[in-house]
Amino acid sequence: MYQEKLKYDWLTIGLYFAIMLFGWINIYAAGYSEGHTGLFDFSVQHGKQIIWIAIALFLAAVIVLTEPRVFSNTAYAIYGIVIALLVVTLFIATVTKGGKSWIDFGAFKFQPSEFAKFATALVVAKYMSAIDIDMKNMRTKMVVAALVVIPAALIFLQHDTGSALVFLGFIFPLYREGLSGNILVIGVTAIILFVLALLVDKFILLAAIAAIAALYLFVWLNKRTSHDYWRTIIIAVCCAAFVFSVDFVFNSILEPHQRERIDVLLGKSEDLQGSGYNVNQSKIAIGSGGLFGKGFLNGTLTKADFVPEQETDFIFCTVGEEWGFLGCVVLLVLYTLLLQRLIVMAERQRSTFARVYGYSVASILFIHLFVNVGMVLGLVPVIGIPLPYFSYGGSSLLAFTILLFIFIRQDASKNQLL
Amino acid sequence: MSNKYADRSRVVRVIFIVVFALFVGRLAMLQLFSSEYKEKAEQQSLRNITQYPARGFIYDRNGKLLVHNEAVYDLMVIPRMVKDLDTNLFCKSLGITRDDFDERMLKARKYSPYSSSIFIKQISKEEYARFENKMYRFKGFYISQRTLRIYDRPIAAQVLGYVGEVNDADLKRDSYYRMGDYIGKSGIEKSYEEVLRGVKGKKVMHVDVHSREIGPYRNGAFDTLPIEGSNLYTTLDADLQAYAEDLMANKRGCVVAIEPSTGEVLAMVSAPTYDPNLLVGRIRGKNYVMLNTDIAKPMLNRALMGQYPPGSIFKVAQAMTALDLGVITPNTGFVCDKHPGCHNHPSARSVREAIKMSCNPYFYQVYRRVIQQGKYKNIYKDSQYGLTVWHDYMLRFGFGQKLDIDLPKTGMSTGNIPDTAYYNRWYGKERWAFSTIYSNSIGQGEVTVVPIQMANLAAIVANHGWYITPHVVRFYGNDSIQDEKYKIRHETGIKKEYFDIAADGMYDVVHVAGGTARRARVDGLDICGKTGTAENYGNDHSVFIAFAPKNNPKIALAVYVENAQGGGGSWAAPIAGLIIEKYLNGEVKRKDVEKMYREINPCQKLPLTRRVKKKK
Repeated sequence: MYQEKLKYDWLTIGLYFAIMLFGWINIYAAGYSEGHTGLFDFSVQHGKQIIWIAIALFLAAVIVLTEPRVFSNTAYAIYGIVIALLVVTLFIATVTKGGKSWIDFGAFKFQPSEFAKFATALVVAKYMSAIDIDMKNMRTKMVVAALVVIPAALIFLQHDTGSALVFLGFIFPLYREGLSGNILVIGVTAIILFVLALLVDKFILLAAIAAIAALYLFVWLNKRTSHDYWRTIIIAVCCAAFVFSVDFVFNSILEPHQRERIDVLLGKSEDLQGSGYNVNQSKIAIGSGGLFGKGFLNGTLTKADFVPEQETDFIFCTVGEEWGFLGCVVLLVLYTLLLQRLIVMAERQRSTFARVYGYSVASILFIHLFVNVGMVLGLVPVIGIPLPYFSYGGSSLLAFTILLFIFIRQDASKNQLL
Repeated sequence: MSNKYADRSRVVRVIFIVVFALFVGRLAMLQLFSSEYKEKAEQQSLRNITQYPARGFIYDRNGKLLVHNEAVYDLMVIPRMVKDLDTNLFCKSLGITRDDFDERMLKARKYSPYSSSIFIKQISKEEYARFENKMYRFKGFYISQRTLRIYDRPIAAQVLGYVGEVNDADLKRDSYYRMGDYIGKSGIEKSYEEVLRGVKGKKVMHVDVHSREIGPYRNGAFDTLPIEGSNLYTTLDADLQAYAEDLMANKRGCVVAIEPSTGEVLAMVSAPTYDPNLLVGRIRGKNYVMLNTDIAKPMLNRALMGQYPPGSIFKVAQAMTALDLGVITPNTGFVCDKHPGCHNHPSARSVREAIKMSCNPYFYQVYRRVIQQGKYKNIYKDSQYGLTVWHDYMLRFGFGQKLDIDLPKTGMSTGNIPDTAYYNRWYGKERWAFSTIYSNSIGQGEVTVVPIQMANLAAIVANHGWYITPHVVRFYGNDSIQDEKYKIRHETGIKKEYFDIAADGMYDVVHVAGGTARRARVDGLDICGKTGTAENYGNDHSVFIAFAPKNNPKIALAVYVENAQGGGGSWAAPIAGLIIEKYLNGEVKRKDVEKMYREINPCQKLPLTRRVKKKK
């Protein structure tokens, strides 16, 4: 066999740089009001972010220079280390914004949960690439589920609900590898029922479920077998049971602030001083941007602390206010291009490991984008989660860079002999 | 196997696209098709600016200015706007050190980097003039004009009071005030606060991204102009006030002078006093602490807040009461048996003589007849009845209550006129009689009075039986508003002719051999007076009340000199004489007397603070 030259996917790398640069510009703008020091003042956030970018690029270079099989070979080790770190974090973490996910190193704080994402992606890819794997197999399903749920549960225990939710993204690579599509249908149905159960009277909802089941059976189906009857009835009963369990989940499992956030999202509660405040301010800031925005550094609301967390989780507001509708669409296009490109790249991989890993990368980024932008636009409850490559923050930038560049490195050598 | 599910990539890609479309749709809704959020954003970039009205001026009874305002300048800073500052020049122009500059800047930045805060408070006109022409070089700084009180003459500090920043209680009580506003804290400044303060105005301004004001919002449709405070015309005679304060220097005590026919307070002195300008502007905090901790209590208005035993002055009121009750006649005489103790003098054969000689046994007998009128066989019941009648008379003289003067009521004393309940508490019901309480007859014992009540007593005698509640403001505002309650005559209900006797007796006190206050005499003026010596734990207080002229009196006054050796005649009487001479004649001819009483300290043993000099 021959060795082909490494082919890096420059489009992906370009998109990565474009998003990161745009992000830094907005971090600068959001922090601009605070005493406007020079570009390279490392005591303020836009200055610190320069250091993070530099470290991220260094890490990217290291990964690019590493043999790709190093990652597949060490996947379990990395996973083990990260799980250990997550456990340790539970005990020694300093409490930041109600969560316990940060380990304090003095000048910088470090968030192990960010690194759990690529570690889990590696380990899932590694496991799925074994020869005897079949997603129809119950044992396989259980093992994969365990690999994903363990870090997610540990992160959930750190009160970092947002990062825990990200692990839902692994449904996509597993679906691609043969997991039944029903899981997506069930997931979407559950969300719809959950929301409806909170908004609509339960008996109306039950009547509706019964009506849909009846319509399905007697109008939709031409030939009816007893199997159809049983299946429909069981599904309808499950839905009904789920509806009744919503109250319990909502009132007993969710924390008060989470309940409040969901109420605000559903319009059941105003609370403009409390949890509704962020979303309301962020909608005002974005809404005031109009088509073209107010211009770079001219935002009035994303400064002056009108919008909280404006450099981190709510950074999208700054884009909305200063760059307007056009700026937002450009950013979303950049992300969508990146995601589509990652799927295309994943499909062209020759190894299962690289393909599963590629899907995991795309899915993790997608969930982040969906939750973060959805939250800022008032479509998703407030869940603290960064916008990849865009929000201020070292841990997340480094983790996302590692996540992406491991895949870029895999992709570059896809034609080499395995 | 790998390509078995390859089609599923399309499902994933479609989901990604759907979410993209969802977001774009939502953005279009927020940014392109809804004006709700733009309006809300606009609200957040408006700023309300308060426009402060000038506080009303205060004049004396002759139209002389007592208090006015002076512009001072607050140097404001918006930290973010500070650019290319020549810090050295800046500090030099303002006379501050670099450390001071850094500290103030840090504080302002901490408060808010993009909105304005006070950098230096209350810069005087002179200081401002020095760097006004350099202001254009200090970007980010601007000047905000405020007004400060200026007291034109350093007099009447306790009457005029002072102005200070509102406290939490003020903010809670009255929604008019905002943090940092000024409010009258004592004296006229406090009691006439609502007249003096005016009404604040409001301006709504657009602010830009740098928090700079761009212009009025909707052309000022929501703006209101401030309404200036009303001017006050006080009853004080500035020259008389200054003269009386001068005489009271080196002493503790007070002087209250009233125009009897109107109840207008001509002068109200509380010694030691201070320069009211001490409590203005940047020096206020430091001086306030100094004045407040001074053991001589210069901020206390003794004329309203002090309580003293009335001493012999009280005898005038006792004589009037007994005459009115009919328990004595004008020609009733009592032997001076030196019980209670008395000075050497012939026995008084009439009320007039008794007042002139201030005979203690005489008034002991008078009081006995008032208290034990023989209405009941039981001596205790009889005393109870007598005291109730007497108490009612004393209240008609204005004793035992806060006179409704137009100065803050807080801290004002009522004095004490004991009633039956009072003695019942002490001794038990029907366990006391005249013999228990006779000290009241000569103004000692349980009785206490407030100096203004004593001046009021002089006014009552001067008016032959009535008074108008003393007050310090004649009218205010452009419409010359007058308080109706200061037009009402309060009658004692005692016959006018009895007051003739009192006036004659008081005339004799000053003018006839054997009178106790011959030192109060002024050639050419017929002054009527009554001395008192208020017994005390330290040296006695020297007290004197007087009015003059005897016919158609123009001035009635009370003078208190605390801890002065030698009784009412020796200190308070001559000072009263000088004040009357000054007021009625316009000037004092007896320069030697004037000099003596101004300079001599009645009691060098006690620590007395001299009049505080203004500190710059």
